[in-house]
Amino acid sequence: MIVRIRSNLITSQLKITIAASASFFILIVVLSTAVKATVSEDIGIPAHSWSHTGPFGRFNKAALRRGFHVFRNVCSTCHGIQRVAYRNLTYLGYSEDEIKSIASEVKVLYNKDGGAGLYERPGLPSDKFTSPFPNEQAARDANGGSLPPDLSLITKARPNGLDYVRAILLGYEPTPSKFHLMSGLNYNAYFPGHQIAMPQPLYGDDVTFEDGTATSLEQEAEDVVTFLAWTAMPEMEERKRMGIITMIFLVIFTLLMYACKRAIWKDLE
Amino acid sequence: MAYNFSNSLVKWIDHRLPVFSYLRHAAYDYPTPKNLNYWWNFGSLAGISLVIMIVSGIALAMSYTPHVDHAFDSVERIMRDVNYGWLIRYIHMNGASFFFIVVYIHIFRGLYFGSYKAPRELLWIIGVFILLLMMATAFMGYVLPWGQMSFWGATVITNLFSAIPIIGESLVNWLWGGFSIDNPTLNRFFVLHYLFPFIIVSIVLLHIIALHRFGSNNPLGIEIKYPNETIPFHPYYTIKDAYGMGIFLILFAGVVFFAPNFFGEPDNYIPSNPLSTPAHIVPEWYFLPFYAILRSIPDKLAGVLSMFSSIFVLFLLPWLDRSPVRSGQFRGVFKIFFWILLIDVISLGYLGGKPATGMYVIFSRLATAYYFAYFLLVLPIINKFDSSELLPNSISAQIAGLEVESSKAFNDSAYKEQSDHIST
Repeated sequence: MIVRIRSNLITSQLKITIAASASFFILIVVLSTAVKATVSEDIGIPAHSWSHTGPFGRFNKAALRRGFHVFRNVCSTCHGIQRVAYRNLTYLGYSEDEIKSIASEVKVLYNKDGGAGLYERPGLPSDKFTSPFPNEQAARDANGGSLPPDLSLITKARPNGLDYVRAILLGYEPTPSKFHLMSGLNYNAYFPGHQIAMPQPLYGDDVTFEDGTATSLEQEAEDVVTFLAWTAMPEMEERKRMGIITMIFLVIFTLLMYACKRAIWKDLE
Repeated sequence: MAYNFSNSLVKWIDHRLPVFSYLRHAAYDYPTPKNLNYWWNFGSLAGISLVIMIVSGIALAMSYTPHVDHAFDSVERIMRDVNYGWLIRYIHMNGASFFFIVVYIHIFRGLYFGSYKAPRELLWIIGVFILLLMMATAFMGYVLPWGQMSFWGATVITNLFSAIPIIGESLVNWLWGGFSIDNPTLNRFFVLHYLFPFIIVSIVLLHIIALHRFGSNNPLGIEIKYPNETIPFHPYYTIKDAYGMGIFLILFAGVVFFAPNFFGEPDNYIPSNPLSTPAHIVPEWYFLPFYAILRSIPDKLAGVLSMFSSIFVLFLLPWLDRSPVRSGQFRGVFKIFFWILLIDVISLGYLGGKPATGMYVIFSRLATAYYFAYFLLVLPIINKFDSSELLPNSISAQIAGLEVESSKAFNDSAYKEQSDHIST
């Protein structure tokens, strides 16, 4: 009897404790959010639904090609994708000859005799994409002191990268009347601090898509971000495909192990 | 001692080099309490994680270049051009997080069920050494990709040693191999990151030897009384561990294949740049509780000392907790403080990831105060207030349903016996 009372007491103590601890934690989270809201203004990047996210999401090849088209004709003026090789474009459905011709449009510097001299040759499929500026200083000199970042990894290198890059592309708005914009910078609703060195890159009529898709700012932004998602994680499709097979295997394996465990332990106790 | 193997080759070898007898003794016949619950799976899961980390790490090292000009590029080359390099790297990267999840659960299991108490003090202390080595290894590993967080995380953490009076500055320069984090630092971190896991393996062996001396603790926290309270490790616990491994691998594969950057910081995909400091420098999530303790103290030296003390206090734990009852199941008041500790550490982890301003600092201080109070204040005196519930007489009695009601006198003797055992 004593024991029963005690164990009831302890259960209720335990419940109170867990409730108290949980409310302590919730209190911290709520207060912290309140503090955060007053300290820094939350920019609120608009969420977009991407066709390639989720466990079964695959890259839309047509979107990748359109995105590459936008990148090549607009972004690549200032930004590189130096971690991607021309040969990787086979993934987008380009033929070997098309890739050879795309690569040969650029000049690559190389050292042919081990000496100090550098010579120019046309690019090859095995080359990585050449960056628009030879070095950081040249890039800064050409861009009023700012450095256009390499975009190979950009969607992985920013929190919520896909939505963030899309928002930046769509975020150019007239400067609000009370906002003091420093000279040489542009107003962007979604850039931290709202002052971005990059002038508005896309207007909605920058390219003509070879597949006949109508151009719009939204369309161009979505396609180029999809392309940059691919440059950041070219392994994505293979990864998810392998992941699904691995999961099926592991679930069967685990169920088998569970059945074996039940069978082996059955004769105990 | 030697086991009589039927295979003649095994027998021949075993007679000269008794490895098979040892394995049979340690992983086959090893008598294990029959009442272990699923929290006891996390020891073997930690071992599995260690193997996953070493195997994937060796594969990565074959394609990695520890040089400031090439480290980031070589990691990206692994991700893009090495066959299944992305898989190996994502396994290694997320394997670290899963290793810490498993080990933290393993530690809290020990805290709740009193696995640190006599006669298992050394087993516990060896475990704390493993934790320390894991932390050092993980910290140096995070530096290797040479991204922004690698560089700035390393800068912040190594700078902590400069708080030591007189020798601090020289010590930091000695650690760096120069006057800033640079190529010599990256090079030595790579060497040590490769070396430490093998030291961990050897200490894990000591951990297992110490474990097998008195056998596993169990949820009741009472000693084995009768032979029928134990079962051989194989096949009972090998199969139970295999089932646990299946669950573990499902969760692990889910992250590796479908959310590989879930635990990572986006900033680490930006190549390191000593001239540009990220807005928020945060360590990996598994260091956040300790980072919160560090930042909650206004004085740098005191902060560093507190952070290290938060681990070192675990070394003293077997002597700080004076209760003769091992399992938290039978300690009503202890239980309350234990669950608050768990929430407290999770809160510290949350606070460590937030900027050190305003309310965050106040909460960090409260949480830090409770963390130390639990070990230094609560545990030493709680015994006096604990409701000293009645222990079951034996594991068999408990299993047979002879619950604590059976006999008060019976229980008192079991309780006394255990106190005697612990005090000797």
